[in-house]
Amino acid sequence: MIEILAHSFMQRALAAGLLVGIVASYYGVFVVQRGMGFLGHGLAHAAFGGVALGILLNAEPLWVAIPFTLAVAIGITWARERSRLGVDSVIGIFLAISMALGVVFLSLKRSYAADAFGYLFGSILSVTTTDLLIALLLFGLALATLPMWGRWAYATLDREAAMVDRLPVARDDYVLSCLIAVTVVAAVKIVGVLLIAAFLVIPAAASRLLARSFLAMTVLSVLGGGASVVFGLAGSYWLDIPSGAAIILVQGAVFLLLLGVVRRA
Amino acid sequence: MSAIEAMHLSVRLGDRMALEDISFQVDEGEFVAVLGPNGAGKTTLVKIFLGLIFPSQGVARIFGDSVNRLSPEWLGYVPQVKTLDRHFPALAMELVGSGLRRCWPGWMSGEEKKTVIAALARVGAEHLAERALGRLSGGELQRVYLARGLIHRPRFILLDEPATGVDVAGQQDMYRILEDYRKETQATILMVTHDWGAAFHHATRAMLLNRRLISMGRPSEALEDEFLRCAFGHVGHAHEMRMVRHD
Repeated sequence: MIEILAHSFMQRALAAGLLVGIVASYYGVFVVQRGMGFLGHGLAHAAFGGVALGILLNAEPLWVAIPFTLAVAIGITWARERSRLGVDSVIGIFLAISMALGVVFLSLKRSYAADAFGYLFGSILSVTTTDLLIALLLFGLALATLPMWGRWAYATLDREAAMVDRLPVARDDYVLSCLIAVTVVAAVKIVGVLLIAAFLVIPAAASRLLARSFLAMTVLSVLGGGASVVFGLAGSYWLDIPSGAAIILVQGAVFLLLLGVVRRA
Repeated sequence: MSAIEAMHLSVRLGDRMALEDISFQVDEGEFVAVLGPNGAGKTTLVKIFLGLIFPSQGVARIFGDSVNRLSPEWLGYVPQVKTLDRHFPALAMELVGSGLRRCWPGWMSGEEKKTVIAALARVGAEHLAERALGRLSGGELQRVYLARGLIHRPRFILLDEPATGVDVAGQQDMYRILEDYRKETQATILMVTHDWGAAFHHATRAMLLNRRLISMGRPSEALEDEFLRCAFGHVGHAHEMRMVRHD
């Protein structure tokens, strides 16, 4: 491991991966328990529309993609409240609209199409200092909103009871959606679509198999998300395979192992 | 002063009226069973008193004050057990603790644990404290819900079809706990139910709804055949219930 960390790009990859992995695995417990496993993919692809708009406007894609994806997240939360559609159907609708908008924006600036797609498949091994600062900012946001964990958890289990107890459930939902959206869109640039979507689902789903309480599920998810970065990066170095894929495969292997063990028990 | 009061309540949901011009009063210490066919507006009525729905017209009051100004400690709510996500990783004591804290208790202090265990003990369920929600039977979960609903010793208790998904023994236990609590504290109970037997045997008054208030009074009077026909189109097994009540 020390040999791996001799490379500065690996140091940055490990730091950014740990920060993003921990934050996304933390939000993942709400994503999984609320049955919104498709959200990560939905928001990440929605970011494509924002990136395309940024390219069209000759602006830094991230600064356009963040408000664009935030608007999509708010739209998804609003549509969920207003309709009886399943959450994955709502996400699918907004994903398709965002992607279509992205295609339209890019059609107006054809030569830059590759940039927009490349943006979605960011690589953890090419993390810059700016990326690292953004990852730190995401971590700080998650820490600052930690006191909301109990309210989000309560509304996740029993939304009606939380409303009867006069908690601002709707407002809390919007805050959670916006935090997840900001995390996804910023992390897409750092770790790519597949890895951020995996962080939002697999560690939480795996910890769900072990945990008896929601707090334990949260702690295990965060630890598992972080550990998968360490073992995934080490594995990718030694086996010479893509880093993001290696991290996801570590998560997937742990999930399948637990599924087998817990089922047998 | 009435414990709860509805004055000309009407609720429009989309293009249809869920409730039309409902007026009634319930005194402190009463146990009122609310009955009616599916779609009669029973749950809408409960949601008005929970502060989750605003009436299109009219006023709802609890202890003389508007619903949204009621201190949450005064209100105990017991929902249907089938609405709970049994796959949520939680222990029974955490569910009760959520009522105490009014948010999800990641960890509880020794004092909070004592309060929660005492609430569970009052409904004979202290042995369930460390059990996962997914491993509770319908009756056990209903007791845990009751413990949560009663943890602040509320003066007004709302129950929405609490017998659904609970076996007969569990239902009898629940009604006994509610009766004991009401006698001890003079709390007011409003219970939506499809269980006519519960209305005849446990309620001091019954209310028959079908978007409008059909009847309200002592169960044997409010559930007269003509009112039942008006609400349901038939009288079901009400006659046998009345006979059992007389016995």
